[in-house]
Amino acid sequence: MNIISRGFRGRGREGPPDRVPPGQYVTDDFPVLSAGPTPHTPLDQWTFSITGGAEPLSWSWDEFRALPSEEITKDIHCVTKWSKLDTSWEGVSVDTLLEAVEHDAAFVMAICDGGYTTNLPLEDVSDGKAWVAYAYGGEPLDPEHGGPARLLVPHLYFWKSAKWVRSLDLRDEDEPGFWESNGYHIRGDPWLEQRYWGD
Amino acid sequence: MRTLVLEADGWTGHRAGQHLDVRLTAEGGYQAERSYSIASAPGEPLGITIELLDDGEVSPYLVEEVRNGDRFELRGPIGGYFVWDGSGDAPVLLIAGGSGVAPLMSMIRHRAAIGSRTPTRLLYSSRSWDDVIYRTELEEPADGLEVFHTLTRSQPPGWTGYARRIDQEMLGEVAWPASEEPRVFICGSTRFVDAAADGLVAMGYPPLSIRTERFGATG
Repeated sequence: MNIISRGFRGRGREGPPDRVPPGQYVTDDFPVLSAGPTPHTPLDQWTFSITGGAEPLSWSWDEFRALPSEEITKDIHCVTKWSKLDTSWEGVSVDTLLEAVEHDAAFVMAICDGGYTTNLPLEDVSDGKAWVAYAYGGEPLDPEHGGPARLLVPHLYFWKSAKWVRSLDLRDEDEPGFWESNGYHIRGDPWLEQRYWGD
Repeated sequence: MRTLVLEADGWTGHRAGQHLDVRLTAEGGYQAERSYSIASAPGEPLGITIELLDDGEVSPYLVEEVRNGDRFELRGPIGGYFVWDGSGDAPVLLIAGGSGVAPLMSMIRHRAAIGSRTPTRLLYSSRSWDDVIYRTELEEPADGLEVFHTLTRSQPPGWTGYARRIDQEMLGEVAWPASEEPRVFICGSTRFVDAAADGLVAMGYPPLSIRTERFGATG
């Protein structure tokens, strides 16, 4: 049941309805949501790892940047209600990373500087749906937006696109990550409005 | 700026620092949703404080249009990280920029309501004295709560408090040394939160002791 809010008209839906999920509004800003201070890891100390497979794998920054990369243009949707259309990124497909390791995992936990984690089913990061992005709008990714590199999983709410990502841990079972332990939905599909526990 | 007191059917209570979602529905079914921090203490009548944003969609309605008896939908409470339940002996450092004081006010009110003696400091940055929210209440702080104001744009005659943006020197004067292991809650704009959090990290505060909530302009 919807209660009509007396006198509320609103601006009406902005942006094409097939691109703006329920409860979202379109912004040109790029707001920031973080649970703690912004980490600043020097590039010469940065590595990206995949653990939980047959053999652990690790890339230095230079090795990582030498991997085949893609340019990605996608709409993004934050659980705090803003959506931003046609954001452009550059990064390495998670498919490329996972091809390098033998595994039979069904889930991954993304682990980040600052202790942040987020959980994802493997199918949400496979087949061209997820990247580790290091550039935004043609520029190196700002630390406040997750630089030097962040996960990019644009079809899920944007907290799943974990900032400052440093490793993917392959797992057999799904376990809640940071926000998922603090009231937010285990999967986070914006089109199903899976914002919080119980959605 | 306006504080609304809400009567919420079926509200199960909240923890100090949590927020809620407001959903407005227009005739014809158009809906808009926004999140607001809860400023009241757990157990008090539910209060949210809304800052009017010039290009906002929901805030002009809540600040200028809504009146006693109007109804809209609420969802919450939400969030389990930026919360303080009054447990633990560690001192608590609260740093607020503008309307970011709202969830910290819930913690301050909760502290008073439970008679907590946890040493607590609030460093609160506002543009001017008139922009200070909950000013009267903060002028008579409970025992063990110290309030430090900084006014960044204009100051009343005779002002003896800080008159600049938060910086390293100010943090050094207001914040306990890291060795006291304070718990920190910072809420404000992204730039504000980053300045305060980076400053505390530079003082040796462990990043995990610092909990932040940032708002972009969400209209």
